[in-house]
Amino acid sequence: MQDAFGQPQTAICFGGTSEIATAILLRLASERLTDVVLVGRDEAGLEAAADRLRAAGIARASVITADASDPTSAGPAVERAFEAVKQPVDLVLMAVGMLGDQELDDDSAERTATMMTVNVTWPSAVLAQVRGRMVAQGMGKILVLSSVAAIRTRKANYTYGAGKMGLDGFALGLADSVRGTGVTVQIARPGFVTSRMTAHLKPIPFSTTPDVAADKIVAGLSGKATVLWSPGILRVVFAIFRIVPPMLWRKMPA
Amino acid sequence: MVLHPTSTSDLEAAFSSDAAQQGGVIARGLGRSYGDPAQVSGGLVLVNDAFNECSAIHPETGEVTVGSGVSIDTLLATSIPQGFFVPVTPGTRQVTIGGAIAADIHGKNHHVDGSFMAHVTSMDLMTPSGLKHVTPTNDPELFWATAGGMGLTGVILRATLTMLKIPSAYVAVDTTRHRNLDEVMNEMVTGDDRYRYSVAWVDCMTSGDRMGRAVLTRGDHAAADLVEGRPGPEKAIPTAPRLGVPFEAPSGLLNRLSITAFNEAWFRAAPKNKIGGIESISTFFHPLDGVSNWNRLYGSRGFVQYQFAVPDTAGETVRIAIERLSASKVPSFLAVLKRFGAGTPGPISFPTPGWTLALDLPIGPPALPKVLNELDDLVAEAGGRIYLAKDARLNPVHIETMYPRIGEFRAVLDRVDPNGLMTSDLAHRLNLRGKN
Repeated sequence: MQDAFGQPQTAICFGGTSEIATAILLRLASERLTDVVLVGRDEAGLEAAADRLRAAGIARASVITADASDPTSAGPAVERAFEAVKQPVDLVLMAVGMLGDQELDDDSAERTATMMTVNVTWPSAVLAQVRGRMVAQGMGKILVLSSVAAIRTRKANYTYGAGKMGLDGFALGLADSVRGTGVTVQIARPGFVTSRMTAHLKPIPFSTTPDVAADKIVAGLSGKATVLWSPGILRVVFAIFRIVPPMLWRKMPA
Repeated sequence: MVLHPTSTSDLEAAFSSDAAQQGGVIARGLGRSYGDPAQVSGGLVLVNDAFNECSAIHPETGEVTVGSGVSIDTLLATSIPQGFFVPVTPGTRQVTIGGAIAADIHGKNHHVDGSFMAHVTSMDLMTPSGLKHVTPTNDPELFWATAGGMGLTGVILRATLTMLKIPSAYVAVDTTRHRNLDEVMNEMVTGDDRYRYSVAWVDCMTSGDRMGRAVLTRGDHAAADLVEGRPGPEKAIPTAPRLGVPFEAPSGLLNRLSITAFNEAWFRAAPKNKIGGIESISTFFHPLDGVSNWNRLYGSRGFVQYQFAVPDTAGETVRIAIERLSASKVPSFLAVLKRFGAGTPGPISFPTPGWTLALDLPIGPPALPKVLNELDDLVAEAGGRIYLAKDARLNPVHIETMYPRIGEFRAVLDRVDPNGLMTSDLAHRLNLRGKN
């Protein structure tokens, strides 16, 4: 049960191997978080993340495997995760995402379908099922890890960006739909985060680390803003990027 | 889901409903708790307002049987004209008898009269294993587990308690101002025994020599001859609040600056040394009830209450706590300092002999959660505890240290509620049932 300062005690994380997600959960563990269920595809990776959480004082960390490229697994995964917590769930963290490789994705129907399933279809299906469970609980927070890539797709990663755009829009609507139910939705839009996901890419201006992004997001969790930018300056940068003329935007490097 | 049961069969139906079976059940009175003891996410809240009957007060013994949904406000309105007062009242009349039992509330007379449950002789309790008429002799474990048991033993339907006979509807009050905390604590240790009622309002925004300056008010019900010529008891019935806060203030209105100014004005307004002042019952006991919706002053972010008790041997903890708050720049309103006498046998009833300090803290300062975590550690180390009825943020790791007899409480729950039907957000948050 979350306390008066909004600190969660129980959490489910979809995309449990995400480095930003782990960094967020580690910070919450130093407050009141004691029970975590990690959901993801890579069992060994999930177990490693669970071990890190246990070492940080999480009393109960468990792992559930589910494949985000199969939309029919979304509903059952939510049910299994809620059953595993056994208590009201204070926080659901949606951290599923797949950056892909734009050059390979460009002409591949199969790869593009998978990218869209993993980045938007499966997460949205999960959130729909979570919404029902949390509204029935009468309380809870949902945190969706989006990306600044959701603001405007660009040549270098438009398949990923389009997926995040779909999820980000879904989450904004979800946030409006749960007003007054005791459930809240927040959307984090980190910029370029240097992590496993982006290890092969060259960092760009305003890039950040999972720890810095997590600090910002955790601080935002106890506030009321629906959208959490990190770093905060990106809110301004992307307000400008949104209106850059297409002929210039096309020339944006990686 | 919130229901208003009117009978025991309603309660039985509620217990077996889907909502209860899935999310649990908790009773609610007026819903004025500072924290989350009377709510249960995903479960069923049973409001006790239909249990509102009130027997005649026995003119000799003062015994009365009241429904759990009767408020102290309502009870006083009928009892004062008959020359009786509730044996224990908190700082507000807006609590029900059910809530008073579930929190085993205390008042300014705890050092003399003990807590609310010391004056209750029996109660009817709807547990998940059936309706029980409970007394301290026929089932002492269940009776005392219900005292301060935060509603987890069942739904309280009615209780019989012994009212206090009063000579008038006024209180004779001695008010003294004290330069700092040490001075007021000394005065309370040496002088409280001479008074039925005693409470100190402490300024936590001062430091150095004046750290914890305080106004101490102590008194007893005024003898009839002292108040001759004043309006009779029928006029002393608490009336509707005269002031109100019509809308929610912006969060941050109550900040360091405004609170410092308020505390200063309040300290200066108190008489330095006034013996035998006559005050009405409302003024003396229920100052906050004079302003309706006062909580709106805190804005939408609200506030937390922090109340702890420590044994006499750890009186130093009170000073350290105020120093920490003062040093952390977290603004806090006047704190209430009181001495506790002997506790009841309740395994998780809050009052224990020694000191209790209660603080009102506006939510907002980023340092606040951390400061309170540190105070928890301090209180736990000192052998003290946090008042569950006011808590909204305690770290559950402290529960077994602060309430070392919680095992006895859990054993009673396992007996009367083996399936764990009774629960609340507070119970989940602090793992009161020990099943998390």
